[in-house]
Amino acid sequence: MAESQAAAAPAAPGEKETNHGLRIALIWVVLALVADLLIWFLWYPHLPPGRMSESAEHQQFDIAVLALAAAPVMIFVWTYFGYTLVNWRHRDGDDDDGPPLFGHTGIQATWIGGTAVIVLAAFVFGTVELIVPAGAGAGEGPNPVWKPSGSNLLQVQVIGQQWQFTYRYPQFGGMETTQLVLPVNRPVAFHVTSLDVIHSFWAYQLAVKADANPGVDNVAYTTPKHTGGFTVRCSELCGIWHGAMFDYGRVITPAAFQVWAKTNEQIQRQKGVLAALPPYALTYDPTVIPQMGKVLIANGITGAGGYYYPSSDPVTP
Amino acid sequence: MSLPARIVTLLVAFAAVVAGAVFIVVHYLGSSLEVVNYTSAASGGVVNVVLQEDPQNNSSSKPDWVSYYVQDPKTKAWVHTTLFTVPKNTRVNMTILGYDGCTPARNNFWSLVQGTIGNSMTVQQFKTVGQPVGPAQRASVRNTWSDCSVGHTFAIPSLHLYVPIASPVTALFNKDGCTDSPCTEGPHSMVKFSFMTPKNTGTFRWQCFIPCGGGFLDGNGGPMQTLGYMMGNMEVAA
Amino acid sequence: MSIEIEPGTTAQEPAGSGPVGPRLARPWWMRPALHTGIIGAVIGYFIGHWLGNFLSWNYGRNGLSDMNDFPLVLGYVIAVVGFLAGMGVFNDLGRQVLGKPVPVAEEEEEAFGGVARYFRYSLDHKVVGIQYLVGMIIYFCTAGLFAMAIRTELLSPTYHIMSASSYLMVVSEHGTMMMMLMTSVVLGPFGNFLMPLMIGSKRMAFPRLEALAFWLTPAAFLVLLSSVLVGGFPTGWTGYAPLSVQATQGMDAYAVAFGLMGISVILAGFNIIVTVINYRAPGMRWSRLPMFVWSMVTVSFLMVLATPVLVGGLYLLILDRTVETSNYVNQLGGSSYLYENLFWFFGHPEVYILALPGFGIVSEIIPVFCRKPLFGYRVAGAGMIGVALLSFFVWQHHLFVSGINPEMRPLFMLTTELISIPTGFIYLVAMGTFWKAKMRLTVPMLFALGLYFNFLIGGISGVFLSDVPADTTEHGSFFVMAHFHYTIMGGIIFAFMGACYYWLPKMVGIKLNQKLGYLHFWTMFIFFNSTFLPLFAVGMLGQPRRVFEYARNLQGLNDWVSISSFLLGGSILIFVINVIWSTVIVREREVGNPWNSRGLEWQVASPPPPGNFEHIPVVLSGPYDYGVKDAPAVADLNPPVGVVSAAYASAGTASTGVEA
Repeated sequence: MAESQAAAAPAAPGEKETNHGLRIALIWVVLALVADLLIWFLWYPHLPPGRMSESAEHQQFDIAVLALAAAPVMIFVWTYFGYTLVNWRHRDGDDDDGPPLFGHTGIQATWIGGTAVIVLAAFVFGTVELIVPAGAGAGEGPNPVWKPSGSNLLQVQVIGQQWQFTYRYPQFGGMETTQLVLPVNRPVAFHVTSLDVIHSFWAYQLAVKADANPGVDNVAYTTPKHTGGFTVRCSELCGIWHGAMFDYGRVITPAAFQVWAKTNEQIQRQKGVLAALPPYALTYDPTVIPQMGKVLIANGITGAGGYYYPSSDPVTP
Repeated sequence: MSLPARIVTLLVAFAAVVAGAVFIVVHYLGSSLEVVNYTSAASGGVVNVVLQEDPQNNSSSKPDWVSYYVQDPKTKAWVHTTLFTVPKNTRVNMTILGYDGCTPARNNFWSLVQGTIGNSMTVQQFKTVGQPVGPAQRASVRNTWSDCSVGHTFAIPSLHLYVPIASPVTALFNKDGCTDSPCTEGPHSMVKFSFMTPKNTGTFRWQCFIPCGGGFLDGNGGPMQTLGYMMGNMEVAA
Repeated sequence: MSIEIEPGTTAQEPAGSGPVGPRLARPWWMRPALHTGIIGAVIGYFIGHWLGNFLSWNYGRNGLSDMNDFPLVLGYVIAVVGFLAGMGVFNDLGRQVLGKPVPVAEEEEEAFGGVARYFRYSLDHKVVGIQYLVGMIIYFCTAGLFAMAIRTELLSPTYHIMSASSYLMVVSEHGTMMMMLMTSVVLGPFGNFLMPLMIGSKRMAFPRLEALAFWLTPAAFLVLLSSVLVGGFPTGWTGYAPLSVQATQGMDAYAVAFGLMGISVILAGFNIIVTVINYRAPGMRWSRLPMFVWSMVTVSFLMVLATPVLVGGLYLLILDRTVETSNYVNQLGGSSYLYENLFWFFGHPEVYILALPGFGIVSEIIPVFCRKPLFGYRVAGAGMIGVALLSFFVWQHHLFVSGINPEMRPLFMLTTELISIPTGFIYLVAMGTFWKAKMRLTVPMLFALGLYFNFLIGGISGVFLSDVPADTTEHGSFFVMAHFHYTIMGGIIFAFMGACYYWLPKMVGIKLNQKLGYLHFWTMFIFFNSTFLPLFAVGMLGQPRRVFEYARNLQGLNDWVSISSFLLGGSILIFVINVIWSTVIVREREVGNPWNSRGLEWQVASPPPPGNFEHIPVVLSGPYDYGVKDAPAVADLNPPVGVVSAAYASAGTASTGVEA
């Protein structure tokens, strides 16, 4: 791209023509190479979001490649601007205008073509990186298209409410917990939903983010690859305590996970909590509670509403 | 306009802008709620904290909003606030008087008592102050959906503490529930539980998980989202 | 299509077909102005409040929640109507209806002078331009003070200076004030003042709409600020339902204020489009139009086509909050996604409404200070049109993880990546213009260079966000914050500052202090980058937006950012001091063309006389013909009779109509 600019500039008469285009190109190539090497070898291994899960690894790779492509572009613009600021400043006493260059079809076409190629390549790469790791940890809505293969998918439902996430495990009797615990090396399907306003489930080190909408089941997939702790934060403004709506989860060995899950299920069954919870469903509407006790119905309460809408409405959210 | 006139106008305008900004900062950005200090009431590593939740409040322009009150440890008066301070690494014996009637939770998981010492609470019902109805009973689950039995919850999420607060006996509440806040008489429940405050200082938010903001969508607006009513801060001090 | 005029006539043709005449002489306090506007607003508020209570007295929720939004909303709306009535907006309409004489825009300019006209509903586009300029600086500084408050709170992750609800109120006020009011930060002052001068016209097509569009902005500003009195609103500038349906009374101010600003923006855009199409002087072909005017026209199409969707979405929100409809409530058949899509269908063109005028300004400034033509005029124009067109097809990239149809996401990834192609044209144009130039690093030129530097970082970070896998981590985090602050503040606000230094001598005929200008630029550039560059890292390290508690290991970065932001605020203060010091205290006269620009607006006196041009000029060449040997003057300001018809013949266009 830069090389053709050397041909474009008309030489001032009587002056030995310095090949500005070549100089700029050389400086650019050196700087861009150094930058890309630094990015790939020094920065890539430490790039967020890390390597704790499959989606995190792929996102890290994706961001590294984007950075590899972005760095030469930015360095090219900065090198060029810097070069012009150094070489083509106004000298005192020189009140002439500059050369009347209105355009150059070749350069314009090259630029447009070049940027189009880079952009389309980025699109193809991004799509591949989205599909390959089963949706790259992003929420895919109720009908996910890119799912992990394999048959031992762990189902975890993430219920967002103002201002706490809770988690239900349908494969363990539908027991519910306030702390997310996952087994390592087993693909997880997160079913994210909300009971009131829009939240967003962001497990940072697992690189999963899915919005929690009321009445909607938003599915996201990942496979944790290392044991350890991770942070869960709400990343959609949901009211006053949005900033405090965070918690810590753990990835543990499969054996420890079975112990934990089964113990919790047992305790909740014993205490009657499992029976008190609604049957596991992909979405919940707390304004209509079929299990409502007779005493409450006698008092005129049929659900957990706020009585915003008049009572003559069929439900009272 | 002459130069002196311009300078004077400029200074007046500047003063007005500064005054306006200071007014907004002082009146609207700060918190005007009182913080009830329990640190001096602690002794031997134990402190007793008393709260109550009422179906209305008399202390603001929103009288129909449900509200918590905190009892001042020295004067025993009820303060309309939800901010209190406790010492660190101390056992807090919390007593909450529940004057408000029942509402089902949006998530019935909050029926389970979690995070207290022994993972349970004791509940005793009262006809009015000083007149119990039945003995104090230990419970670890109080189902908000099957019975008219839970008014609000008290939860400190970062300590994983969640306690459903019992509502008064339904028949008694329907007959003469408290209508004048802060409630000093009328049917209520007394819920007691204990937990340890952490070893480090900090601010810990607490909230109710029962949607009792009547007249708001999903019941989670109004008092549920305003400090001084159904949510507050527990300050853990040195 | 150029406009036929008979040169040599000094009397203007009357506007419309009704009788015309000057205004009656009256003392200043009996003329409609800001004081009568305020009286009208107060009266209107009480009428609206009463009406709202009357219509909704028996709603069940009023008793339970001790709040009723209907009287508040109607109060705001009728207060604004009262304000406009008090300002005299409807007076000329009434006069036409009753067959009374209506004053003409041009005569207004002759009749009123002094400071008082800036507090009136003035039909002079130059007065409106100055009103916008002062207004926009006030709005920017107010929103900036809220930003200082945000950064003060974020100094510590655990110690909280403000309560949680105050913090959220401050965040929402800052964001909404900036995004709502800065929509017109360039088009308002510079578009309204300069565009007629740039196209060789004596006025705008619809001066009453233009003035109305201005006066809606202080109304919107005050309505938005009034939400502080009732505890603010908790949703940020995006106003997502159902949180916005659940919120207390401060939310109504948001919906009404944003709706008012939306109407202002639609009217302004409409006016600009009609003026540029119909009011160009003879010889001002589309290919000779200054790039700033091109940016105005493309942005105006965005304003006119995208903003109605926002107004519709906010109207549905107001209905949900007042008369208990359920447009956004899932359980009753509505959808939270409906609001998100309506909002972002406007929201994305909105950010291009904020970015394109910045491109227009820098394209205007760099040829002057490089003494070279703008390289690739057609490419620049195509870039603006391309961005404007594509901006309607990218909005779902704000919703990548929200549960939309997963197969839509590669499509929107493609369109969002594609929009970076026309955005890149502005860099091609700049780079070509700098080739072998004679660059003079004046203050406006420095701000233009600052825009190029900042927007590059902002734009490239946008590519990272458009990539769906990367967006999974970046969405809703401080990475997005850094991205849009770089593109919006680093873009249009830098352009606004540069435009102030470049055009204020033209607009008010006063020199701005250049030393303070250099200090302002360098402090602003350095502290802007030092504030927002670390935020990319803060976001990638896991801090979401709009939070008041964050991970302790991020405190160092947050503290650096907060201190930088206070210094950035200081640099803006330097700007305000410079403007006030130069225009109010020192008042050093600037006449003529200090930058030696070929722009048509520089060929008349500073400040321009009433009527802009004594005669409609004939444009003879483009504004960027620097370096061309024997280039003709940009325009002939005193065309003799025969030249006009000759200009028509050579332009080859048929002229129709008489200038109204």
